[in-house]
Amino acid sequence: MVKRYTKTPVGAHYGTGDWLLQRLTAVVMAVYTILLAIPLLVHRPYGYEMWKATFSYRWFQVATLLFVAALLYHAWVGMRDILMDYIKPTALRLAAQFAVGFVLLFYLVWTASILWGR
Amino acid sequence: MSAAPKIRPKYYDLNPAHLPPPGLVSILHRVSGALLFFPALPIALYILHVTLGSQEGYDRWAAFFSRPGVKLVVILAAWGYAHHFFAGIRYLLLDLHVGIAKAPARSSAVIVLVLGFLAALAFAWCIW
Repeated sequence: MVKRYTKTPVGAHYGTGDWLLQRLTAVVMAVYTILLAIPLLVHRPYGYEMWKATFSYRWFQVATLLFVAALLYHAWVGMRDILMDYIKPTALRLAAQFAVGFVLLFYLVWTASILWGR
Repeated sequence: MSAAPKIRPKYYDLNPAHLPPPGLVSILHRVSGALLFFPALPIALYILHVTLGSQEGYDRWAAFFSRPGVKLVVILAAWGYAHHFFAGIRYLLLDLHVGIAKAPARSSAVIVLVLGFLAALAFAWCIW
């Protein structure tokens, strides 16, 4: 006998939001890659002074922080997908997800300190 | 119904070389994404930290990057980034139902593989 599934599927629907944000952050990173990273690679600011000057423009700093922030959210969704696929024991998976989230937050603070600290 | 279900044989062909192009793009998208998260991202942040930190740090890394072996690793990383980039754009288009049928999805997968490789070549030409 097959029992009819009577529960109404409910949830926080955060999956949909994450799905959408993973794509929006991808677009942000793609724009940064095309408009800033590739020209930077072609022009190659050679020498410490030029390299430092490039990263001292306020708009470049803000764009770079935006890129990294987008990357971190994107990586969070992606890594969580991978962990959900391969790590079945709940405790282990949650521990791994916690570690990933913690590391990503650390990277965000680190990026801000690289760009504005010192 | 018999009590014990019969064990059915499984024939999963997990050899990447036997995957159809969309499958190959997919697994490479996942693997490159994981590798970009670790170790590429922390290494990139560390290099940015050191090269922007001081003249000595910059010179040390500039000397390190002039080694052919190091350049090769950087080119591999760029290939991973490029593949992830192009495969991601393909997925964005598929989400919008652009090229969603079997034949165009197959050819776009081949295009992604080729573009990723060409981008890595262009990067290599740029830094060598």
